[in-house]
Amino acid sequence: MNKIHVKTNINGDQVEFLADSRETLLDCLRDHVGLTGSKEGCGTGDCGACSCIFDGELVSSCLVLGVEAEGKSIETIEGMAGQEDLHPLQKKFIEMAALQCGFCTPGILVAAKALLEKNNNPTETEVRYWLAGNLCRCTGYDKIIKAVMETAKDIRETA
Amino acid sequence: MQYHTPSSFSEAVTISNSADGLVKYLAGGTDVLVQLKIGNNSPDHLIDIKKIPGVKEIALREDGGWTIGAAVSGVQLTNHKKLSREWPGLVEGMELVGSAQIQSRATLVGNLCNGSPAADSVPGMIAAGATVSVVSSSGTTEVLVEDIPVGPGLTNLGTGEIITAVNLPKRNKHEGDAYLRFIPRTEMDIAVVGCAVNLSLENEVIRSAKVVLGAVGPKVEVATPAAECLLGENLDENILSIFSDKCSELAKPISDKRGSEEFRKEVIGVIAKRAAKKAYDRALGNK
Repeated sequence: MNKIHVKTNINGDQVEFLADSRETLLDCLRDHVGLTGSKEGCGTGDCGACSCIFDGELVSSCLVLGVEAEGKSIETIEGMAGQEDLHPLQKKFIEMAALQCGFCTPGILVAAKALLEKNNNPTETEVRYWLAGNLCRCTGYDKIIKAVMETAKDIRETA
Repeated sequence: MQYHTPSSFSEAVTISNSADGLVKYLAGGTDVLVQLKIGNNSPDHLIDIKKIPGVKEIALREDGGWTIGAAVSGVQLTNHKKLSREWPGLVEGMELVGSAQIQSRATLVGNLCNGSPAADSVPGMIAAGATVSVVSSSGTTEVLVEDIPVGPGLTNLGTGEIITAVNLPKRNKHEGDAYLRFIPRTEMDIAVVGCAVNLSLENEVIRSAKVVLGAVGPKVEVATPAAECLLGENLDENILSIFSDKCSELAKPISDKRGSEEFRKEVIGVIAKRAAKKAYDRALGNK
């Protein structure tokens, strides 16, 4: 099987990789680019652990083919923190212990960031619905929801 | 698997007609990639239609109706204020499909072509009287959405026939639609039953009605006898109860892990009644 040469932009860097046409974007990120922050939970779009931003939209990277990334721009969990500082959501998750095993956390952070960028004053219901595609088997969600609400509050106050 | 990115639908048709083995089309990929993963109906050729101009556009036609490209996502529909105002039932059906992540990619045409009797966006399209444009080597034809599904996972599209867009008719005053489904959870589930209703009123009396039932048969079904009970009526409690019974009677569900036959027959009546009320209120302008 001939591999396909894919040129794309990940977290602001130009990246090239060779992909089999059947490989998902998640496989390519992890196995070809070495970005293993995005996790595979279910591999069928149910759990959200592989969430990333694909051309400005929140997607499950297990439901995108690697070859579809040609010429696109992708943001993953690795691009979330600044050079010096963690993203406010990351800091708040640590502060409020909004994670236990941490496997779902990259996906939840990417999804929560996407929400706060379009709505920095979400209701609890809105946060819960938005994160319905991100499963967490440890926390029971309450701390996650609270951390997202608190971050939104901080963002509003500093804006 | 060979991956193709044609730049026109005619090129896609040519690729499809000359390909050996199973051909599939990729728009949002939220069903196709799952099938790839589990090795079910795994294609030899995958034709990605997203490089074709216009597939991600929602366009208002000269006749006042809408044409929605085959790769338009759920998010695009939800964010389109005018379309959502005119066809709230259709848009809310699509919105029920999956999570925010799925909504960024999933499409109306994909939901239709996947052929699930429980597809949430399909009853709304059929109730709206929507058609799809189907291109093949012999040209483009317009086919009613209700004529596409033929059974679970099956459509009547042949080799080299591709849906390019969904066409909605012009929305007039005093019309309204709604889609409701029953699921045991609050989000992220597949319909146990679903019902779309589209009504048009004249002096608050129902002049025309279309009722479509989902997940209670091998395919999404138009419930014409149920719609006929509503004609010439104001939708009082008496009519709603006749209508509800008719929908239950017309439903031919199976029993499976999501619900028994008896349960589905009963609940479809309840859901249909609520959808009819909601569509009626919207047609009156009360939302």
